[in-house]
Amino acid sequence: MAGLTYTVFDTTNLSTAEVYGKTLVELAKEHDDLVGLTADLAKSTKIGILAEHYPERFFNMGIAEQNLFGVAAGMATAGLTPFVSTFAVFTSMRALDQVHTDICYQNLNVKMIATHAGLSFGQAGSTHHCTEDIGIMRTMANLTVMVPADGTETAKAVHAAYHTDGPMYIRINRGFDQKLYESGDYEFEIGKAIELREGTDLTIIACGSCVYQAVEAAKILEATDGLKIRVLNMHTIKPLDNEAIMKAVHDTRRIITVEDHNIYGGLGSAVSEVIAEGGKACGFKRLGIPDTYSIIGLHEDLMNHYGIDTNGILDTVREIMGKDFEEDDDWEDEV
Amino acid sequence: MALHKEVLINLENKAHELRHLCLNTVVWAGSGHVGGSLSSMDIMTVLFHKHMTVDPKNPKWEDRDRFILSKGHCGVGFAPVLADKGYFDKELLKEYNHTGSPLGMHLDSTKVPGVDASTGSLGHGLPIALGMALAARVTGKKYMTYCLIGDGECDEGVIWEAAMSISHYKATNVITIVDRNKCMMDGKTEDIMQLEPFADKWRAFGFEVMEIDGNNIVAIDEALSTAKDFKEKPVVIIAHTTKGCGVNFMEDNYRWHYGGLDEDKLKEAQNSLDSHYETRMKGA
Repeated sequence: MAGLTYTVFDTTNLSTAEVYGKTLVELAKEHDDLVGLTADLAKSTKIGILAEHYPERFFNMGIAEQNLFGVAAGMATAGLTPFVSTFAVFTSMRALDQVHTDICYQNLNVKMIATHAGLSFGQAGSTHHCTEDIGIMRTMANLTVMVPADGTETAKAVHAAYHTDGPMYIRINRGFDQKLYESGDYEFEIGKAIELREGTDLTIIACGSCVYQAVEAAKILEATDGLKIRVLNMHTIKPLDNEAIMKAVHDTRRIITVEDHNIYGGLGSAVSEVIAEGGKACGFKRLGIPDTYSIIGLHEDLMNHYGIDTNGILDTVREIMGKDFEEDDDWEDEV
Repeated sequence: MALHKEVLINLENKAHELRHLCLNTVVWAGSGHVGGSLSSMDIMTVLFHKHMTVDPKNPKWEDRDRFILSKGHCGVGFAPVLADKGYFDKELLKEYNHTGSPLGMHLDSTKVPGVDASTGSLGHGLPIALGMALAARVTGKKYMTYCLIGDGECDEGVIWEAAMSISHYKATNVITIVDRNKCMMDGKTEDIMQLEPFADKWRAFGFEVMEIDGNNIVAIDEALSTAKDFKEKPVVIIAHTTKGCGVNFMEDNYRWHYGGLDEDKLKEAQNSLDSHYETRMKGA
């Protein structure tokens, strides 16, 4: 696919949302059915670049998110593939009735690329943070929920979203993300976790900007503590890669989840459901926002404050490694 | 062009037949939103039997005209229209509301042929209709999109979001029709949440407003004919209707927004419909 391989240069010079915008223009060049919609956030979400290239396929609906998602649904019924971008907080809450009824219930081919997710709009405060969307969106039947780890992966997720029929929610951050991937030369499959580091002592399952933090923590833990930490990039929250989770339970018996989201309802909750139903004992800890409205600050400072950065992960891994989570070490006696 | 007498009589007969089928459906369903179904039956009849180009055997035909029942609770009115038109077997109406039936209170576009959008949560239909209209612009299609909204539904802010954007995008290929029966669930619209000056509101949003008797076949036909050709700005047809139109004990009575009919009430309603029809035919 021409033009869809991203280089270090691209992701160093473009924010994650800019990579999204660029990807969209490339897709639009090849596919006449692709249209873009926003609600007065053409610049902020970077979807506006589509208007520069294909003005007849771009629709700014003004500051009216409910109408925005309803219009996108109507377009999808007529065979178009609408990409809709506004902030995550408005996509998942302000317009949720439309997302639920117009898009997900009717299983329409609308791609919601929601920006400024988690605490990435740091100083804007909780009216513009979004630490609830994963929990909300994964309860929408028919909907695929993706949280790419960086700009490169965002390009791959957007590409996959276009080429896969059905409603999609892709959650990305404001601004630049720490670069996880040096190039787009890797396999990205919706619903399939990516093992970034092999390990047998503990598994860190992370999504979004927390994946980079997990990898950095794993490197340190190997160097300083001699621990072999498996890191799973769980870029798709729904459908969740249950197999990778149960394999981690079996192989490493300790799991930590890390996400820029409320600890309730998100990646950690989803993973814990799989573990609980799997019937195998496992040391487990969720890292995320502890059911509170965040303080304001720069994104990286907030990640540090809530322990979802490298330091927070290091502390938690050491805590879990020292914990005895079952009476004996015999795996086979578990139900 | 004036409606040919024969066509008018056929439409009157069809509307009468569909009102009966609606009452029967309410009985089969156990209960339903009968008041608003009867108020809007003349509009749906004229749309499906005179103005819309559709193919019931090919309900997803991409060039078809679209119809969105934004007041989605009136499924017991809409489903009979679709069944009678040939989208599905009329016998299916007897399973309305039954466990696992494709036909429920609010019709599901993924299960019921002819339903262009799943509606029920109010205010959703008009944005979807605009999306269909804008899609026609992108794809070069000539189809029209008709959206029937309730007057009480206009309390929803998103109706006005959609109105603003229909006007902004000069989407003259979507025609908005308001079933102005002046009743809602809890009472009269003007008592619960004042809508008047209603026409002025639509004008202020950039619409050409046509106010008609929405239970008069000739008036509906004329309004739709004019609206389809009007390209200066988008049109809203405010169809002044009577809630429960045709059944004397339901007429203009908001308590019949939703209800059921026992055997005696059904008989009484059917007799009333027949008298209503006879009166209308004298004028036809």
